[in-house]
Amino acid sequence: MIKQERMQVIKQQEIAKHIFELTLQGELANEMAEPGQFVHIRVADSFEPLLRRPISVASIDLEASQFTMIYRAEGRGTGLLAEKKPGDMLDVLGPLGHGFPVEEAQKKAYLIGGGIGVPPLYELAKQLNARSIETVHILGFESKQAVFYEDKFRELGDTHIATVDGSHGTQGFVTHILNELPSDFDTYYSCGPTAMLEAVQWAYPQKKGFLSYEQRMGCGIGACFACVCRTTKSETDYIKVCSDGPVFPAGVVIS
Amino acid sequence: MTDLTVKLPGLNLKNPIMPASGCFGFGKEYAQLYDLSQLGAIMIKATTVETRLGNPTPRVAETASGMLNAIGLQNPGLEKVSGQELPWLEQYDVPIIANVAGTTTEDYVEVAKAISQAPNVHALEINISCPNVKLGGITFGTDPDVARELTRAVKEVSSVPVYIKLSPNVTDIVSIAKAVEAGGADGITMINTLLGMRMDTKTGRPIIANITGGLSGPAIKPVALRMVYEVSKHTKLPIIGMGGITNVDDVIDFLSAGASAVAVGTANFVNPFVCPEIIGQLPERLHELGFDSVEQLVGRSHRL
Repeated sequence: MIKQERMQVIKQQEIAKHIFELTLQGELANEMAEPGQFVHIRVADSFEPLLRRPISVASIDLEASQFTMIYRAEGRGTGLLAEKKPGDMLDVLGPLGHGFPVEEAQKKAYLIGGGIGVPPLYELAKQLNARSIETVHILGFESKQAVFYEDKFRELGDTHIATVDGSHGTQGFVTHILNELPSDFDTYYSCGPTAMLEAVQWAYPQKKGFLSYEQRMGCGIGACFACVCRTTKSETDYIKVCSDGPVFPAGVVIS
Repeated sequence: MTDLTVKLPGLNLKNPIMPASGCFGFGKEYAQLYDLSQLGAIMIKATTVETRLGNPTPRVAETASGMLNAIGLQNPGLEKVSGQELPWLEQYDVPIIANVAGTTTEDYVEVAKAISQAPNVHALEINISCPNVKLGGITFGTDPDVARELTRAVKEVSSVPVYIKLSPNVTDIVSIAKAVEAGGADGITMINTLLGMRMDTKTGRPIIANITGGLSGPAIKPVALRMVYEVSKHTKLPIIGMGGITNVDDVIDFLSAGASAVAVGTANFVNPFVCPEIIGQLPERLHELGFDSVEQLVGRSHRL
């Protein structure tokens, strides 16, 4: 169920260049189930900035009623979010959207992430591991300074890193790594820039895949019609990234 | 006991608070969050004869204390709204104000005639002020003669009272208000969004794909208040006021300026519970100010 709650900041730290890890506590965390869902956060109690910021969930701790987000502080809203300290309260709406279907994987899954699309794959990897699914992680970043959670992913399965400038791991994009890896998996899950999602989709036309998309959002619950995408499912309608997605099966979204 | 009820043509409202058209879809999303029967009314998303896909993305951009949108009247079309959305809303004890849009007078007439016959549609809101479509919309709302004739045409076919939604993007809003009054309008809803732009500073390109969009949110409240004040001074038509309302004091201000009821728009995106919250706070705030009914407050600025 969607809740709106003032949640308490438990921890906040910069874990890579401009990349922050923020843990919140409150009842809302107990509503979280699927990896890949997101929360919509008011970064100020005033109306400046006005709109909420959609941030994906990186890990859920139901026992502690906590969840953790990882985001890049790059604009006005996320800049203000990065200033929050333990004990501060944050107005959170969520959990929102449809996440990754973990039950679709059978034995082995590829988790392919780019940049700030990597975080939701962490909770996904944890949940797939809990279901005894082998996970292989292929993660792309701008540079060594932007890499995060490499060790945490390694604890859960084979992890391959690509950086655009070659300062860490393979030089280039995640697709360069994918070209070298066997296609012995049954399902792939991906989150990252649209161009990356497209490339991944083209690389595995025969495989079952699920992709998480991004769009500029207004309300986050499907009412404002801002975050629409064309779809192969209908010529006369759009899909909404916030409420129909953000995760869609491969081949559904026309980007 | 504070009396929140408001009587308007076609509308017996339990309270003066309703979500504004385009900010509430057809109610389904918010129905997951609270009981829609609490609302004074619901202004549903603009309906056109045909299914409309709307504009390309980006469709929204945040601005200082506001946002721009250029959705472009995306809606499933008259048949689906009448056949699915409105019947679904019948489970709630809340009057519906159907927002009607189109490209030609014939479009408006066709939608108005059909949709006004739905049992839960108690009034129409004629959208002559959408700034985000190439044809129709605002072109009907910026010329007094055209606005009057469209009002007349819609009034002839509508089974329920007709409210005209005015655009702020005019030199003299009072002349448009008077024209729709002469055309037989039962009321006015105002204001729609203000045309605006936002640039990508690095590239110099407009952020909104439609280039321009409609500005809404707290930033436009002073403009809306001024216009409600002027129109209420110069016409006898009841006004449903809107433009930047986010809290109970904003509601008081609009009623004081001359609105009989209000609609909350963009604030629903920031706080999806804003309408029931304001409804809950209204009795106490009225009491604090020394009033025991909403109606006592309407237009008090003109009596001071």
